[in-house]
Amino acid sequence: MADLSIDFVGIKSPNPFWLASAPPTDKAYNVERAYEAGWGGVVWKTLGEDPAAVNVSSRYSALYDHNGDVSGFNNIELITDRSLEINLREITEVKKRWPDRALVVSLMMPCEEQVWKRILKLVEATGADGVELNFGCPHGMPERGMGAAVGQVPEYVEMVTRWCKQHSKMPVIVKLTPNITDVRLPARAAKSGGADAVSLINTINSITGIDLDAMAARPMVDGKSTHGGYCGPAVKPIALSMTSEIARDPETAGLPISGIGGIGNWKDAAEFIALGAGSVQVCTAAMIYGFNIVEEMKEGLSNWMDSKGYENINDFKGLAVPNTTDWKKLNMNYKVVATIDEDKCIGCGRCYQACEDTSHQAITVTSNDDGTNTFGIIDDNCVGCNLCEITCPVDDCITMDERSEGQPYMNWMEDVRNPHREEA
Amino acid sequence: MNKDNSVSYSQQQLALNQMFKDINPALSARQAGIESSRCYYCYDAPCIKACPSKINIPSFIASIHADDLTGAAKTIYKENIMGGSCARVCPTEILCEQACVRNHEAEQLPVKIGLLQRHATDNAEFEGHPFERAASTGKRIAVVGAGPAGLSCAHRLSLLGNDVDVFEAEDKAGGLNEYGIAKYKLTENFAQKEVDFILSIGGITVHYETALGRDITLEQLKEDFDAVFLSIGLQDTSSLYLDNEDNEMVINSVDYIKELRQATDLKQLDIPKDSAVVIGAGNTAIDIACQLKRLGTEEVTLVYRRGEEQMSATKHEQQIAKNHQVRIKTWSQPESIDVDDNGKVTGMSFRKTYLEDGKLKGGDVQFDVACSAIFKAVGQKMAYPDAEQLIPTISNGKIATFHNQLTSIDGVFAGGDCTGVGQDLTVEAVQQGKLAAIAINEQLNVSTTTKLQTALSA
Repeated sequence: MADLSIDFVGIKSPNPFWLASAPPTDKAYNVERAYEAGWGGVVWKTLGEDPAAVNVSSRYSALYDHNGDVSGFNNIELITDRSLEINLREITEVKKRWPDRALVVSLMMPCEEQVWKRILKLVEATGADGVELNFGCPHGMPERGMGAAVGQVPEYVEMVTRWCKQHSKMPVIVKLTPNITDVRLPARAAKSGGADAVSLINTINSITGIDLDAMAARPMVDGKSTHGGYCGPAVKPIALSMTSEIARDPETAGLPISGIGGIGNWKDAAEFIALGAGSVQVCTAAMIYGFNIVEEMKEGLSNWMDSKGYENINDFKGLAVPNTTDWKKLNMNYKVVATIDEDKCIGCGRCYQACEDTSHQAITVTSNDDGTNTFGIIDDNCVGCNLCEITCPVDDCITMDERSEGQPYMNWMEDVRNPHREEA
Repeated sequence: MNKDNSVSYSQQQLALNQMFKDINPALSARQAGIESSRCYYCYDAPCIKACPSKINIPSFIASIHADDLTGAAKTIYKENIMGGSCARVCPTEILCEQACVRNHEAEQLPVKIGLLQRHATDNAEFEGHPFERAASTGKRIAVVGAGPAGLSCAHRLSLLGNDVDVFEAEDKAGGLNEYGIAKYKLTENFAQKEVDFILSIGGITVHYETALGRDITLEQLKEDFDAVFLSIGLQDTSSLYLDNEDNEMVINSVDYIKELRQATDLKQLDIPKDSAVVIGAGNTAIDIACQLKRLGTEEVTLVYRRGEEQMSATKHEQQIAKNHQVRIKTWSQPESIDVDDNGKVTGMSFRKTYLEDGKLKGGDVQFDVACSAIFKAVGQKMAYPDAEQLIPTISNGKIATFHNQLTSIDGVFAGGDCTGVGQDLTVEAVQQGKLAAIAINEQLNVSTTTKLQTALSA
């Protein structure tokens, strides 16, 4: 049985599954229910200065998939709306009762050193394992000069991180905003400031849709709305990409990463870990299905690790990083061509329609006497784009088979077709 | 259902409606949403090819999925103005749903096309009729028979700008939808609502209780109108050729179903209490057997001289009968109708059959089934009115049609069950009416195609 425990920048946790700083970690009641369900750790919902934030009524909206399940989730909730005193007291009590679980406290303060210094002492006194700096909240708080307003300016990120390291012995995790052109810059800034780790991604600026009767977005507050923060399965590809950018940036390589963004099952978690994450944080899936999902996540990850012979998380952490590279380093001599398994084909013709209309006209259609169609690949026209494979609803019916012609690896920088190639 | 009807519901009628609730309930909006997501939006979709009326099925399902029920219903009505009843009575298991590619993949479950079609047609809302008539052609066409073929033809002709007079022998339009379909398949007076919907296009005048050969003649119609469409259906029940067949308890199933569908009171029906025998193997046989069970007949035995494989009722229909606990006896042919001294039917005698060199033979085994009523459902025949002078060529007992539903008489077209094409399905009748209308219009006017495009895209 695989060992799921982690030591993330000195924070020990029986498994890599943490609840992200968000509504599910707002108070002792929820956090203790999460621990009871088996979560390895939580990042307590962001604390701010008193007086506590005040929230509006109507806070969430969602994007649904074809079956009506939530694929994207949007919120306009602010940081905790409870007083600092209550939160700190509860954190102290909970940590005392659950010493084996990770408890990290998320913080968001104005950019003043004394303010940070004061709060760090208070958090340290609770016995919490570390702090996460919320430089990512994209809605509401940036209007007050905090959250993403800090995260979008690398100099501020570095400055505040440095204060935190100076005034505290706790591990400092810097939570990054994806609402930025190049996520490597704030990550480098965090590292320069002395951050022990970064966590990403925070939510993405979003409007999930417009109610065409009310002519306003949801969530609607008295007929008006505002952009929120987007999360859930739909953001996973963006989060994975940003995680990989930081993992393979020479300037931040090796900087511990806590992966966040659309994680809902063990596979999602394993993917973030393969791209270098040392812990993963979950929110939307728990908000939709409840805390019990961690059971299947732990079980699934453990079973998969056993099947692969990985004994602990470090055994596969970062294994996909070297295989994530720049476009210019891809092998120009590699070639795949689609193959259709006629026995499996159900005759829907989606591959033909897609290739004919929008791709390379590499699929033939032949009408049979019984009114059905048979589809075939024109090898010479197929560029190996995978579109047909993607449209095919049948497992393993269309496969992309390698047809490289024995030529050695050659990337774009070496390719004679590249007018700007670097001469050897 | 109009208001007057609903307030005058008697207890008896409520009981009757309860007894004949929809066998295949409608999808909820949520179910339709999920079901519509299952359509693969196939290229050269097999379901369209399998639909006799060529409805663009993937398109209407995509519209349902995008919450555009109006668009979905319009797509359906463009090809099949009786899309509502077809959604209910089509044997989709041998048509669109049989062709659905999802039968062949791991899920092995076709998209519920019929129920989705019903969802669209039941819930779409139109202000007035969905289509606008083309500019008047000044042409007048006579349609004989207001069943699915006649109504479909009349509607399409009107859409194209022609005026139509429909002559109907009964006092209601709808044909078998009104008088012949099992009550649990078309509930809540749906047939009449659909007729009203079709006629709401305008330009169609229905003359009720006006029968060919009695009140009108083909010769006169040819003279008075620019073209004629015959959709007179099938009037006669095939015979068993047995003694006592004229006994009052040897009943034509179609007559009984008609009576049942029109009944407002259970007391109007003569329901066999203990036992009934149904002879036949088509959907009418299944319909009558199941309806007898619902009416309370204790034992219903359906007897067919060949095997289940040869039954023209689909497997799905056979299953419905089994679900109703109808006893099905195959390989048994009727030998006699047994009557007591008072002339009361007491049962039927059968002989077991078998196939030899492809021929059906009577075996040695004989058996009796006690019953107080016998329902014949061995097929319907056309009875072209004797009084008629002008008769189109009849072939195999039905009106022969050539290209585009034209009969042997110039300017006279025909469609529906009275012609020999297809399996006498409602959806086929609708298609034949539609094709005939397009052909008639083409013959009388120019460029139907242009007009059709304009009218349908309005």
